[in-house]
Amino acid sequence: MTHSYAPSRRPPSWFEKFLRVNWGLVLLIAVIASIGCAMQYSMAGGHFYPWAAPQMERFCIGLLILMAVSLVDIRVWMTLAYPAYAISFLLLIAVEMVGHVGLGAQRWIEIGPIQIQPSELMKISLVLALARYLHGLGVEDISKPHRLLVALVMIVAPAALVLKEPNLGTATILLADGVSLLFLAGLSWWWILPSFAGLVATVPVAWHFLHDYQKRRVLTFLNPQSDALGAGWNIGQAEIAIGSGGMDGKGFVQGTQSRLNFLPEKNTDFAFSALGEEFGFMGSVALLVLFAIVMFLGMRIAMASRSQFGRLVAIGVTLNFFFYIMINAAMVMGLIPVVGIPMPLISYGGTAMLTVMFGFGLLMSVHVHRQVEIPRKPGAIL
Amino acid sequence: MPLFDGKDKSRYATFTRRTLMTGGAVGAVLGALGVRLYQLQILEGEQFRARAEQNSVSARLVAPLRGRIFDRFGVELANNRRNYRVLIIPEQALEGVEAALDTVGRIILLTDRDRARILRDVAQNKKFVPSTVAENLTWEEFARVNMHLPYLSGIQPDAGETRDYPFGDELSHVLGYVAAVSPKDEERDNDPVLELPGFRIGKRGIEKAYDAKVRGSAGVSRVEVNAYGRVIRELSRDPGSPGADVWLTIDRELQKFVVQRVGAESVACAVMDVQNGDVLALASTPGYDPNLFNVGINATQWRGLLTDDHQPLIDKSLAGLYPPGSTFKPAVALSALDAGAITPDFAVNCSGSLALGNYVFHCWKKRGHGHVDLHRGIAQSCDVYFYNVARRLGIDGIEAGAHKLGLGHFTNIEIPGERAGVIPGRAWKEATYGAPWLEGETLNAGIGQGYVLVTPLQLCTMAARVASGNEVNPRIVRVVGKEVEPRPALKRLAFADDALAAVRSGMNAVTNDPSGTAFRFRIPNPGLEMAGKTGTAQVRKISSAEHLKGVTKNENLPWKLRDHALFISYAPVSVPRYACSIVLEHGAIGHPHVEMVRDILIFAQQRDPLKLTPAYPVNAASLGGASPTRAA
Repeated sequence: MTHSYAPSRRPPSWFEKFLRVNWGLVLLIAVIASIGCAMQYSMAGGHFYPWAAPQMERFCIGLLILMAVSLVDIRVWMTLAYPAYAISFLLLIAVEMVGHVGLGAQRWIEIGPIQIQPSELMKISLVLALARYLHGLGVEDISKPHRLLVALVMIVAPAALVLKEPNLGTATILLADGVSLLFLAGLSWWWILPSFAGLVATVPVAWHFLHDYQKRRVLTFLNPQSDALGAGWNIGQAEIAIGSGGMDGKGFVQGTQSRLNFLPEKNTDFAFSALGEEFGFMGSVALLVLFAIVMFLGMRIAMASRSQFGRLVAIGVTLNFFFYIMINAAMVMGLIPVVGIPMPLISYGGTAMLTVMFGFGLLMSVHVHRQVEIPRKPGAIL
Repeated sequence: MPLFDGKDKSRYATFTRRTLMTGGAVGAVLGALGVRLYQLQILEGEQFRARAEQNSVSARLVAPLRGRIFDRFGVELANNRRNYRVLIIPEQALEGVEAALDTVGRIILLTDRDRARILRDVAQNKKFVPSTVAENLTWEEFARVNMHLPYLSGIQPDAGETRDYPFGDELSHVLGYVAAVSPKDEERDNDPVLELPGFRIGKRGIEKAYDAKVRGSAGVSRVEVNAYGRVIRELSRDPGSPGADVWLTIDRELQKFVVQRVGAESVACAVMDVQNGDVLALASTPGYDPNLFNVGINATQWRGLLTDDHQPLIDKSLAGLYPPGSTFKPAVALSALDAGAITPDFAVNCSGSLALGNYVFHCWKKRGHGHVDLHRGIAQSCDVYFYNVARRLGIDGIEAGAHKLGLGHFTNIEIPGERAGVIPGRAWKEATYGAPWLEGETLNAGIGQGYVLVTPLQLCTMAARVASGNEVNPRIVRVVGKEVEPRPALKRLAFADDALAAVRSGMNAVTNDPSGTAFRFRIPNPGLEMAGKTGTAQVRKISSAEHLKGVTKNENLPWKLRDHALFISYAPVSVPRYACSIVLEHGAIGHPHVEMVRDILIFAQQRDPLKLTPAYPVNAASLGGASPTRAA
């Protein structure tokens, strides 16, 4: 074990940290975000307004957040993990009571001029808090029922609140984030396999707890022709958009589906189908490859970290990013029912952009502080 | 305490192992997404491309502008005005037709009946075919709908054109009207334009007869539409061709005068150019407002038209059949003279009746006319004189002569719905009743009674033929589009000139000889004098018992049983230009109808539309139309 970054050594200056940032990853993120802005430009019919310009602005702010977050010591984030989780949780309860009703769901809360989507905050907070909790546990501890129970409550409680908003997509992502962290932290297969079997068995029960519109989405998904002009419309038009792109697409700003509003929510949830329409198979696959590289880099950073907290945070935000992509792409391609999940860095929207960039900031912080070793026992983090 | 121990090592190993597994899963998911992309974009790409094309391009029929109808001086008798309307396209009403109507009903007034009709239309049409929600909206209403359009899915505002008849019921029977396309029309006619919402086609009159030309042909506009059916831009446009304008021979000023002059009576009246048959006025009153049928007539109005005993829906001038009565006498006289059955000097002594076998044929003048020659016979309309003429001539001669004057067969005027009438003959009787002709029937025919039935337009034609000596036929359409309707060269009437002169002289005496039946209503203006022939057509049978007691006077009969009053005439006597016929239903009290004709012919001659330069071209080369100017 090399002690190149022993506690006795002088901590690195801000500038040294700045140099350690993984600039390749930052560049990659910038490239993807630029593609997103280009799509927003295209979908406005070749105009910077109303979408492309604000999107760029938000990306720049996101980039600043990324840099700031990455330079903050990973142990500070570990210290903040539980308070952040607590605040996010309280906000989720608050949104339940005073939440602003938007698009039929209580998802926003307004504090002064800022609209906050607590479920987005929770995605980051959950990763941080779980990582911290699991950091203190050895492989054999995780599978102990009382430890596992605490972790599960940490995951399920916010997920349940988000589901009640209702926001099926985000609740799914929270569950997936949490469960995959448990898995990566070393949860025993004896827990995993039976739970999975049990989960499959409860699907019919869960059906009854779904909202009507959620049920309709599922049914429509199973048989899109049943309601070609109603709920099946979204899926049908998104598929037409992507499919009509062909090999090399209709060309930039030439997508008829998106420009003529056949594509629902073309600039938000269905932005990827617009990209598929205008840039075709080559363009869509290229974007997926860029995403794959991001995730590859994320996993490499995770594995290179010398603290379990760092590893879990890094893999947590990477997988969170992945779940966004997977759910959104599968949705617009008609593989899963429609849920309101944006394509990260591509879809228009402020909160998602900032959440993702904050996540990348944490990932980068893990990278910058990859040599920092943190004791397992609490009390002496810093 | 050591910072790290074996526990860390083992969980790091686990983490790395499981991260690699997760990485594999991530890769597999991304691969699956790639496969799905390949399936959608490469394998099924062509299919989706076609669907996207269908999605965004829609071909729409463009309703052609209906041709206008002008009078001879370019006055618009039927034109098009802006029609602001609101359509609904059921397939685009995302919340359903009912919900869409609820919303739009908050912006413009929709009664329950409107809703029922819209829902019926929607049910009958295909889902993508627009149905009319409301039309003839004011600009304010239309603007309101447009303003709220973002919330009105499936609702489409549309500024179309609709037919307008600025002179209302003045020309109802000539112009006819347009109305919605019926399922039967669609069966007969496969012009796609009929499927346009609210499209109207000609149902009567000129509108019907020239519908194919006036309608025009539909254009096609290929438009790019968005998901809500909103047109983004037009890709190409075939404007189609607007319908042809029709120029009539009608003089609207004269028509107006005629209609106003006859007032509320039930009248059919025609005014014609004796030289070429151009119809200058053709009235059947009361008429109806053709705009009602276009906008949509309501039940009360419709019932009113149906039950009116003056029968506004029937074009009496073409489809009304009347016994010509004494107006038939010039035809009998002319035929007899021409056939050599009589000479102008042929005379009889009228004692008030004529016995034939067991029957007694009465003269209208019970005391008799005494010595009557042709001139007096026409001037005083002696029935006994014409009984004798008819006996000498025989029914075959009457039949042939009447036909030569245009009676008893279609005049072939361009307005549909004309009836032929009846000039009886031996063959006709055999075919109709299976019985031989009786001589007594010849006598009845000789005074225009019995089986003889003619239309007022035929009577006008007869007057024009007698006046001009030409075989004129009534014509009301002069120019359609850029084509001047062909006019066959006029043949001379196959009657001897001196026979015509003798009959004209008798008709002149009717109005201008103090002994004439219509002397009181002559035209006193020098140079404008008219010649004519009065007539009375019995509506009821008068029994011989009544003849003995004395015939009940018309004044003492209910309106429906009173005789029809007829009059044919032409003016000016010296060089005839205008022929006129009139039938005043149940109006034989005094001679109000002769007074009407007198005023009409004075007006016509003083205005003299035949000497005004018509706006429509006389020959095709000068097409373009000049404004009406009075010739020097």
